[in-house]
Amino acid sequence: MCVAIIDYKLGNLHSVKSACDYVKLPSVITDDPEVILKSKAVILPGVGAFKEGMKYLQNSKLDLTIKKFIKTKKPFLGICLGMQLLFDHSEEFGHHPGLGVIKGKIVKFDFNLDKNYNYPIPQIGWNKIYLENRKWKNTILEKNNNEDFMYFVHSYYAIPEDDCILSKTRYGGIEFCSSIQFENIFATQFHPEKSGKKGLNIYKYFKKICKL
Amino acid sequence: MKNIRIIPRLDIKGPNLVKGIHLEGLRVLGPPEYFAEYYYEQGADELVYQDTVASLYGRNSLTDIITKTAKNIFIPLTVGGGIRSVEDIKNVLRAGADKVSINTAAINNPKLINKASKMFGSSTIVIAIEAIKSEKGDFLAYTDNGREYTGVNVLDWAIEAQDRGAGEIFLTSIDKEGTGQGYDEELLSLVTKKIEIPIIAHGGAGSLQHILNVAKNVNIDGISCASMLHYSLVKNIDISKIGKLEGNIEFLNSLKNQDNRKNFDLSEIKYFLKNNGINVRIDF
Repeated sequence: MCVAIIDYKLGNLHSVKSACDYVKLPSVITDDPEVILKSKAVILPGVGAFKEGMKYLQNSKLDLTIKKFIKTKKPFLGICLGMQLLFDHSEEFGHHPGLGVIKGKIVKFDFNLDKNYNYPIPQIGWNKIYLENRKWKNTILEKNNNEDFMYFVHSYYAIPEDDCILSKTRYGGIEFCSSIQFENIFATQFHPEKSGKKGLNIYKYFKKICKL
Repeated sequence: MKNIRIIPRLDIKGPNLVKGIHLEGLRVLGPPEYFAEYYYEQGADELVYQDTVASLYGRNSLTDIITKTAKNIFIPLTVGGGIRSVEDIKNVLRAGADKVSINTAAINNPKLINKASKMFGSSTIVIAIEAIKSEKGDFLAYTDNGREYTGVNVLDWAIEAQDRGAGEIFLTSIDKEGTGQGYDEELLSLVTKKIEIPIIAHGGAGSLQHILNVAKNVNIDGISCASMLHYSLVKNIDISKIGKLEGNIEFLNSLKNQDNRKNFDLSEIKYFLKNNGINVRIDF
């Protein structure tokens, strides 16, 4: 069984698939709960709005499948919106519950939007990831260095309550959580599949822990 | 400070990368994916594919090129040229593009911006604006590579595009495009001062100093250039390889033997910016 890339109609599925292909990690794009549960690992990609993403997951009951899969302790990788959806709730246009597998919330960049400030929202572009207290050995960032550049596209970010922050990133005077690792869950706010060779390192490490 | 993105733009006709002056008189340079891969290796932050004749031909060769490119290149790829509908956007994204750039169709039907940004997310929708300065001194938006006058004012249009949900604006100065005389800082300042979404500057790069000037003087997010990079690449490659793949060998050879033209590698541009206090992605 290979890695299941969850298809919930939002997001850069093909880029994720290409990155898997490139590091020779066998993968399949699917929304079939059976295939997902049988797979060795799961990737939840995603671009777009939290509310829409969650709505689709709930309507298709994929939310239950994801929670069930995470309980198996097999490796799980969330990317961008796929990271945000793991949290308790989001403040995107109101209050919306998420999958709640990690304690914490999703909030919007909130700073003076004066153009002099120089930080447009959404953040679209490259930014550095900084080491937090935790060392990156035996994490998805094992092959990466402090201050590596990654590609971001987002207006919201996660504030975890659980102790899970792997890296932080600075934007508009805010320091936010740009990746996490919590038990078998790995997640990045940036897009490793769009972050050149530094990003592909993450797929390489994910392949290693998938034992594929 | 934010990091400025350096974005090679590749104009495509059929299966080939082409380049012309003032977007007229196209010259064939070779297979775009070949150039794209080279730029990726050199540290390009994104790539733009612009299909110059999409309105005249079927899209198959373009989607093939996108798919080939997306397999080996792990930076964002924006594709534009002849995108008219949500269906067109879907096809281009499905082939492997990350964003689409829309010009004519958005001006003809601004509601397309609302619809597309809702469906695919704002960050996927780039509005391309081609600007020409009028005799009165204001900037007007054109379509069809600067051939069609739309009667739309550039600043008004940029604001409307932002309000309708566009994620970025790719702003080309047709006056400067292909001239190598430097970016149109007047045009770019005018728009960046009123717009909150990221703006990519395009048209006019002829020297490292031009790129530094626009990065320093204007609050832009990205800088796009074409000729400067392509010609430098042509000097460094084995033309016989490209020739087999349908390049215009005579033209390529003439470029190779031309020494007076100032060309720069992408990494050279980045180090130059970095050394002059502009934040760019260096270690990649």
